[in-house]
Amino acid sequence: MGRPNRIVLGIGNRDRGDDAAGPAVARLLRSVLPADIEVVEHSGEAGALLGLIEGATEAYLVDACASGAPAGTVQRFDAQSAALPQGMFGLSTHAFGLAEAIELGRALGQLPPRCVIYAIEAGSFEAGASLSPPVAAAVAEVAVQLRAEIGGHEPREERRCA
Amino acid sequence: MARKVIKVDYLARVEGEGGLKVVVRDGKVHSAELSIFEPPRFFEAFLRGRAFTEAPDITARICGICPVAYQMSAVHAMEDAIGVTVGGQLRELRRLLYCGEWIESHTLHVYMLHAPDFLGYAGAVDMARDHGDVVKRGLELKKIGNEIVTTLGGREIHPINVKVGGFYRAPRRREFDALAERLKWAREAALETVRWVAGFEFPDCQRDYTFVSLRHPHEYPFNEGHIVSNRGLDIPVSKYDEHFEESHVERSNALHSRFRSGGAYLVGPIARYSLNFDRLSPIAQQAAKEAGLGTTCTNPYKSVVVRAVEVLYAFDEALRIIENYREPEHASEPIPARGGVGYAATEAPRGMLYHRYRLNADGSIADARIIPPTSQNQASVEEDLAEFVGGFLHLSDDDLRHRCEQTVRNYDPCISCATHFLRLEVDRG
Repeated sequence: MGRPNRIVLGIGNRDRGDDAAGPAVARLLRSVLPADIEVVEHSGEAGALLGLIEGATEAYLVDACASGAPAGTVQRFDAQSAALPQGMFGLSTHAFGLAEAIELGRALGQLPPRCVIYAIEAGSFEAGASLSPPVAAAVAEVAVQLRAEIGGHEPREERRCA
Repeated sequence: MARKVIKVDYLARVEGEGGLKVVVRDGKVHSAELSIFEPPRFFEAFLRGRAFTEAPDITARICGICPVAYQMSAVHAMEDAIGVTVGGQLRELRRLLYCGEWIESHTLHVYMLHAPDFLGYAGAVDMARDHGDVVKRGLELKKIGNEIVTTLGGREIHPINVKVGGFYRAPRRREFDALAERLKWAREAALETVRWVAGFEFPDCQRDYTFVSLRHPHEYPFNEGHIVSNRGLDIPVSKYDEHFEESHVERSNALHSRFRSGGAYLVGPIARYSLNFDRLSPIAQQAAKEAGLGTTCTNPYKSVVVRAVEVLYAFDEALRIIENYREPEHASEPIPARGGVGYAATEAPRGMLYHRYRLNADGSIADARIIPPTSQNQASVEEDLAEFVGGFLHLSDDDLRHRCEQTVRNYDPCISCATHFLRLEVDRG
């Protein structure tokens, strides 16, 4: 099975308030990105996550984070140019999450040549809650940004959905 | 900043955070207290009034590392309440699913969380820079564990194919063909893992534990068996509450379990191994002997070796089940709704997980009781610290903190994330 060259991963738990930010972005993008781009909602478990991005030429990951910024703040990281801030992620699985996956991939020489992380500052992780308004707005913003960023590498087809 | 993130992590995840306070007076450990937050009791309240069929999927959400354990304890307790026994290939598939979870959970712990302690690294990322091939082997083994769970459970975490009575859908034989080849490679790689961890240096620490685990007449235990100890306990699971009790300790939101007759006990890999060595398959027994383990293990730091042996066993057992698999006629047994009380204990990767449910006549849950292994081991963790830390007081605060973290990690408690940031207070008087 060949691994797609380009992958978008929305990381988080859909049942935990703003932790659903990553999967929400993935769902927005699934219908508008070219069909050859794999769009995945993922728990964030590091081993499986690393397996998914291994071999890709471009990986775009979206996750909720807690850096202390106001809820809905969006930060973009180019994993190839610098290490991810420690302790900022890890909301999606205990023990071993996104930041560990990226740094492990780097240590093993398995990071995709282009590896971009969008971090959306979460406000609440209440079980069963929906996205808070600032995070819902950030989700839409990240989807637009990512669509433009990914589209910049390859012309995208408009109106591909019947 | 890190403190702040721990706080948020606790909000987002049920596994919570951990802290430790060690008080030293006159060169001796005066007290060692572990504080953890682990709120499965919320789930017990949440379960009340729900249909008995919902318990496997609801309780699976208690843990992202061992959802299969919660599902298995739930389905067996419900079947016990209703008076149905699930046998044949469906029973075998449940063992196979458990193999997948042990592999996922133990491999993560052995390679990513525990090995760095022994090899002198701050974590798996640092270790990977020097031991890339070893870490890749660990990741691959874990991936194959994920594949077992995905094949049977529908996805790698929080499986959605498990139900009271069996499965929603039984796999076709051919779905296992590719997996069987991968498992053969994995069994060899698991053997290599045992040899690798056997070469670690272990602190010379032994304790006279009271081990508790399931024991089955023929099998290394997953889902069935009596509850036994190395002090002569041998009871059906339905007698659990007569022999064990939980009490609240102010510093911790997880209840402490003890024998009603007094005393802490230990569940988990070294207890299971020590009480069931003779039930391991020949290849696992042989590997354990070559790794220098006896038929019992009383050094908790060697739990990393025992986990590696259990991973080898799980691959061996998975292969046995797959090779003998015949597609069942039905994916599940019919389960009528009725009232009753049901008990089950199964062997989660971290140890015995007890569920008890009382059902109303319409099959709705009247009350639920869930005792996870980490609660049961809390007292034992503290006793380890009280007994062992005294031998490490010559270490600097940093090294002592590390050794304390390692001592907690011996248990692979479901606060693994928090023990990475373990707050250690050493009061040297």
